[in-house]
Amino acid sequence: MDILVCIKQVPETNEVEVDEKTGVLKRDGIDSKMNPYDLYAIETALQLKEEQGGRVTVLTMGPPQAEEIIREGFMMGADAGYILSDRRFAGADTLATGYTLASGVKKIGEFDLLICGMQTTDGDTAQVGPAIAEILQIPHVAYVNKIEGVTETNLTVQKDMADSIERVEVSFPALITVTKEVNQPRLPSFKRKLETRDWEIKMLTLDDFADRKEEHYGLKGSPTQVERIFPPESNVEKTTWEGSGEELAGLIYNKLKEMKFV
Amino acid sequence: MHYKKLTQADIDHLKSILSSERVYVGDQILEDYAHDELAEIKVFPDVVLEPETTEEVANIMKFASEHHIPVTPRGSGTGLCGAAVPKEGGILLITTRMNKVFEIDEENLMAVVQPGVILLNFIETVTKLGLMYPPDPGEKSATLGGNVMTNAGGMRAVQYGVTRDYVEGMEVVLPDGEVIELGGKVVKNSSGYSLKDLIIGSEGTLGIITKLTLRLVPMPKKQVSLLIPYASLDDAIDTVPKIINAKLVPTAIEFMERDVINAATEYLGKVFPDSSAPAYLLLTFYGNSKSELEEVYEQAAQVCLQNKAFDVLIANTKERQDSIWETRGTFLEALKAMSHLEECDVVVPRNKVAEFVKFTDGLEEKYDIRIRSFGHAGDGNLHIYILKDELVEEIWQTKRLAVMDEMYQRAKELKGQVSGEHGIGTAKKPYLHDSLGLIQIELMRKIKASFDPLNILNPGKVV
Repeated sequence: MDILVCIKQVPETNEVEVDEKTGVLKRDGIDSKMNPYDLYAIETALQLKEEQGGRVTVLTMGPPQAEEIIREGFMMGADAGYILSDRRFAGADTLATGYTLASGVKKIGEFDLLICGMQTTDGDTAQVGPAIAEILQIPHVAYVNKIEGVTETNLTVQKDMADSIERVEVSFPALITVTKEVNQPRLPSFKRKLETRDWEIKMLTLDDFADRKEEHYGLKGSPTQVERIFPPESNVEKTTWEGSGEELAGLIYNKLKEMKFV
Repeated sequence: MHYKKLTQADIDHLKSILSSERVYVGDQILEDYAHDELAEIKVFPDVVLEPETTEEVANIMKFASEHHIPVTPRGSGTGLCGAAVPKEGGILLITTRMNKVFEIDEENLMAVVQPGVILLNFIETVTKLGLMYPPDPGEKSATLGGNVMTNAGGMRAVQYGVTRDYVEGMEVVLPDGEVIELGGKVVKNSSGYSLKDLIIGSEGTLGIITKLTLRLVPMPKKQVSLLIPYASLDDAIDTVPKIINAKLVPTAIEFMERDVINAATEYLGKVFPDSSAPAYLLLTFYGNSKSELEEVYEQAAQVCLQNKAFDVLIANTKERQDSIWETRGTFLEALKAMSHLEECDVVVPRNKVAEFVKFTDGLEEKYDIRIRSFGHAGDGNLHIYILKDELVEEIWQTKRLAVMDEMYQRAKELKGQVSGEHGIGTAKKPYLHDSLGLIQIELMRKIKASFDPLNILNPGKVV
């Protein structure tokens, strides 16, 4: 089965400062890494490949330095990698990003399954995966936390609905986004690093796409206007109790009772 | 040795030294205070005291020495050899309320703290300031005072050394209640015998630490861990001297086996990122840039691949490192959850680690008993656990003692020492005395007697 995994390079730490004036993240001097959720997406793809045979391709949109995460995809076991890199893609919101990635997928070829991490740690919208599926007009299942079974034509998954689990069967081609519960991602292999060192990473630009209208991409293709980015105020109420185990147990019990949890 | 039994009048006096809610007697004394984390002995104290200040500790000691009452100091009670067990009853002096961080001096890279500060809290405090306290024992709920009293080591000893290397000064209450200052915020010190270094590792037998000056270092900006699968533990451990020989300096070199990993992941309800091999080495390198680290870890990886490693798996992000180290951090807890056990924490020259582990494999067969080990392959400190499993008490005791005797005998032959980082307490006393011999033990006893002529401070431990 042919699987494509969308991945993204994000800042290594989430303690990135925001430029108050421009609303842009200050990324200077901060190393980057692969979006942690994408590791689960790659692992899901690799496990399906191990079971069913096939190929795993990784795809990202970003600057040429995003090569680093494609190489990491190779080190985990991916077979091919693409970067969609063009100044005209810059400043994209989730819609334009989804559109760009979908255009890339169409250019690269046909896939049975597309897998994304459920969200990125820098944008946190969880919208891009489903957006790609909508644009490609294929079914999608978000928040998958378990792969139950796979056949040549279908995939059965469990999706996390916060207070319930939904079992969904979806036919290929399809897209899923996965949570951190779906598996434990393998670590990148140094042997694979040596083996894949010379592998080519294909770079695609706007000129490679079927739709070359600039207004569909980047800032121009983004209806979202970011007015201001700011860290949310912490609204976690905290109470600290001190005392013996028995006293504390009593206090916790009374509080739970007061909150009608027991 | 006969000590005075505490009377109601004594208790009343202690209540006048501390406020009465920090004096516990009778049923108020929790069972936890009668033992430590592992040692088989259990003895209740007559009274438990929770002082908060140096003055209170000094007054307690004055009173105890005047009345010849034994005093056992205790931190969080996470020791493994019985050092904090009040063997002779009397006073159990708990330091956990002495938990103030007085100062983090960023100019001198020193911290001044009370002994009851919990290691985990201290790590968090200094990390926020971009600093690191290098000693890194697995038990993060221990107190800093407890760490100093056992000269705790930990995972980073290969590169950074042990607790002793970071204690620059201390305030100590002597058994007669006198308060002395040793060392200070100085990096060098050639001023007479180092009493400070005698107190470090003395397991509460010479004095009670009431203040510590600890050295900090700038926190390295980056780290990478390598998880290296091997077909056997022998292959894994055989690689260690080659890594050292390649002049690479990892911060940590740990070894682990599938059985222990499985026990830990089961205990945690997690999946380990690799399950392809029966044995693993785990290396960590610290550095200040990604490229610097990459160069070093690639060299190390090549050494491993040339020495029978299946592969070298790279944990280059915090999430990836956590997926390994969280598991590593619960090995002891997981084994304890599986079976009652006895531990041995010998340290041998690091080129003898493989030989020693092979030897314990032999003992497993010879005595038909499960022996599990993990530990610090980089500094020669092993943690070997004999599991009781379903054995009946009598057979367990016989086998346990026989296996322990053989292990300590072998460690001695390999020019190793009885304890790498857990200390002696009472559990390892016979092995220490056998290993060091009478001349050294007599010297230690004379030191003990000059600090504590009445033998009231943690009597019966170490010497």
